[in-house]
Order: sequence, then structure tokens, then C-alpha cells
Amino acid sequence: METILFYVLAVVTLISAACVVFLRRPLHNVLFMILTMIGLATLFILLHAEFLAMVQIIVYAGAVMVLFLFVIMLLNLEEISLPKEPRPLRWGFGVILALALVVVLFPIFSHFTPSVMGKAAPATGNVSNIELIGTELFTTYLLPFEIASILLLAAIIGTVVIGRKLKN
Amino acid sequence: MESAFPVLLVLIKTLLVIVAVLTFVAYLTLLERKVLGWIQVRIGPNRVGPWGLLQPLADGAKLLLKEEITVSAANTAVYIVAPLIVVVCALIPFGVIPFAKGLGLENVLGPVANRFDLNTGVVADINLGILYIFGISSLGVYGVILGGWASNSKYSLLGSIRAAAQMISYELGLSLSVIGVLMLAGSLSLVNIVEAQDSVWKWFVFRQPLGFILFLIAGSAEIARTPFDLMECENELVAGYQTEYSSMKFGLFYLGEYAHLLFLSSLMTTLFFGGWQGPILPPIFWFLGKTFFFVFVFVWIRGTYPRLRYDRVMQFGWKTLLPVGLLNVMATAFVYTLWLKYVG
Repeated sequence: METILFYVLAVVTLISAACVVFLRRPLHNVLFMILTMIGLATLFILLHAEFLAMVQIIVYAGAVMVLFLFVIMLLNLEEISLPKEPRPLRWGFGVILALALVVVLFPIFSHFTPSVMGKAAPATGNVSNIELIGTELFTTYLLPFEIASILLLAAIIGTVVIGRKLKN
Repeated sequence: MESAFPVLLVLIKTLLVIVAVLTFVAYLTLLERKVLGWIQVRIGPNRVGPWGLLQPLADGAKLLLKEEITVSAANTAVYIVAPLIVVVCALIPFGVIPFAKGLGLENVLGPVANRFDLNTGVVADINLGILYIFGISSLGVYGVILGGWASNSKYSLLGSIRAAAQMISYELGLSLSVIGVLMLAGSLSLVNIVEAQDSVWKWFVFRQPLGFILFLIAGSAEIARTPFDLMECENELVAGYQTEYSSMKFGLFYLGEYAHLLFLSSLMTTLFFGGWQGPILPPIFWFLGKTFFFVFVFVWIRGTYPRLRYDRVMQFGWKTLLPVGLLNVMATAFVYTLWLKYVG
């Protein structure tokens, strides 16, 4: 049952990810990107990371992509005016970038034995997922957590400063 | 057969909840028109059936039989998908709302009933219930935005841009207003939240009054009820994002809107008014009674307040609702910690 679900969801996610790259209307790209995000969230659920899945949907599919859509609607972008004939070096660049990504991700991949479902998160027993994440964030990972929040705060203040209307 | 049977039962349960919700939604339209009529000292619908009781059926038949128009300049695929997104996102959150304590099925079905959550008065008791609700409602915005964009009309586009901005802004306030309740209940599961309010003075409306008011305001902005229905205000934008929709596609938008209203009322009941808890009468009665009371309150608000100006709506959302919500979260955390340390 879970294996079938996994394959169906993975195929949907991959196809929509491919559509993000290959379709030529910006709005369709964004729509398929949303579908990709939701697909990823469902895969998280299959791995028993429900909290991550919900946050993925709320933050990425629900908030970030709405802003993307907003910008595209306001700018009224139509079909991108890319040259129909690809430039000669583009394939070369693509291959080099893909290889670079593989090199970066290699240490991560090498830790996993290939299997269909990947490795599910350890069972948490009676303690719920979110409780565990909360406890870990505020004990083991307190310092990185606080540094990340200061980073976010700086970004928020930055947007306010940039977005402020200057009065003479 | 052994494994298919429980799946079938879960499906039947889901279907029953959906049918119940759709029936209530149909009669909500009648209720709204009757109450509005009463507020405005007129009679309201009374032609179809006794007291107009068959009016929803007549409306539904009319919507189904109307001519289906697809605007020639529309982006057809997106144009068709948009109302579906609205309806789906309005219906699936009902799955986590607990409407009763137990259904008493263990005598009929035996051990299967408990193993597959069939006996609980909720379709799915997931321990992230609230997050699930916010996740789904944040996806519901897409139906509105895409509907307005795909119609390729200036009124629709303006309406949907307004809708997007307003819904994003008020979603923050809505989530912040609930955090106090989550802290006091110590759980994100709606079943646990209801169980934490087992007596009237434990209802979260008394322990989180500010949270409740914020939730009421942000909620009515989120479902675009009258003081905040800037995205479809007739005198500026014809009908906003649904201007170019006709027949059943318009009907679906309408259905989504009222399903949202019903959902918000039931969520308010669950979070702040003890859900199905109440003396003597069966739980389902209490749940429906409280829910319909809030539906009435929303109609009452619609009949009473004028529409706000758009820039005021945004200002209020960001500069009043959000800071007050944050303050409520901090104050709740502060008092609750002290309480746990010295009293409880």
C-alpha cells in the first residue's frame, strides 16, 4: 500500500518538477511548482515527518508561492521570449551544473543505502512529532536555532528599511 | 476482503460527513437570507415550499440548468480548476473537526471499530490538526487568485489581487490568535483541545478572551464576510473574482464560500466553546447548536456593519491585529509559566 502510494506521489512530483522547467508560460510554471511542493509534503508524510510536511505546505505552497503568483499576475508576464533555438553552449553548462550538484550532494547520498522507501524517521512512541522537534530545538540545537532567528530578524528589518518611503 | 472492509467503512464515514456538510451549506443560504430579511424588516424567501424551505433545492436546480459560459479570452484549464480548488479546500478541513465524543459503534462492529478510528466522532484525529487546517486554508487562496486571473477581466483580476493580499495578511493574525489556545491545551489535536475544556469555566473563550476576539475578526476577514468583503464588493468590482463565472462554476464558488463559513463556525466552537461538550443533551446537538449560533453571529455582523475601506483593512491587519496577537501570545506564555510554577 505504502509502496504504491510512494510511486504514485513520486511520479506526480517528478512530472510536475519537469513541467516547471519545460513549460513556457510563467504562470503554468508557478502552478506546477506548487504541485511539486505539495508532492514533496506528501512524501514527508510517508516518511512520518508530519510536522515538516505541514510546514512545507504552509510556508512554501501557501505563502512563498502566493507571492510568486502575485508578482507574475501584477507584471502580467506572458510567454517568455526565449530564443527557440538553444544557444550552442547551453547543454554544456547544464551538464556541468548538474555534475557540480552531484558532487555537492555526494556526501549525503553516500550515507544512504538505496531502497525504495528511504529510511523513515525513528518512531517517537507516545511523544508526538512536534513535541520532539520543539524539545530538540530548545535544548540540543538552541544556539543554531537562535542564530537562525537573528538572521531572519535581520532580514525582516532589512525589508522594512528598503521598503520604507523616503520623505524629503 | 478482510482489509477492504475497514477502508470501506472509513469511506462511508467520510461520505456521510461530506453529505451532512453539503446539506447544512444548502440550508445556510436560506438561513442567511431569512435572518438578513428579518434584520432588514422584510420577509425573505417564502415562495418555494412552506416558509421557503425548498428554496435551496430550487436555487441548486437553477444553477445547474443555467447556460455554461466560458469567456473566450480565458485560460480554460485554470478557469475550470479554480472553483474546484475552492470547494475542495473548503470541504477537507472538516475531516479533523470532532463533532461528538463517540458514535457507539463498538457494539455493532466489534473491535474493528476502535482499531480504525471508526468509533470516534471525527473522521481523522491527527495530532497536527490545527496545522493541517492552516495548511489547507493557505492553499484555498489559490482558487480565488487563479479564478480571477484566468477570467482575463479587469474586475476579476483586481478582485483576486485584493483577495490574495487580504487573505495572506489575515492568515497571520488567525494563526497567532490560536497559539494561546494551543499553549493552554498543550496539544495541536482538536480532539485533545475539546477534551481540555470539560467544564464551562474551562472553555478557552474565558481563558483566552483576547484570542477569541482576534480569531473572530481575522476569521471573518479570512472567509471574506461583510466588513471585509472587499474582494467582491458590488459597487466597485461587480463581483470581484467571480464576475466572469456562470452556472455551476459560480455555484461551486458559492458553495465554497458557505462551506468556509460553516467550517469557521465549527472551528470556533471547537477551539473556544468546548466543542461537543455540554450537559444532558447528546454531544452532536451541542456541537451543531453552538456552530449554528456562530453562523447566526456572522450573518448578524453582515446585516449590521458597513464595508471597510481597502487600505484601512490592510492597515488594521498589519498594524493592529498582528501586534495585539503577538502580545496575546507573550502574555499567555508569561502568565501560564508563572501559574504552573506557583499555583498549578
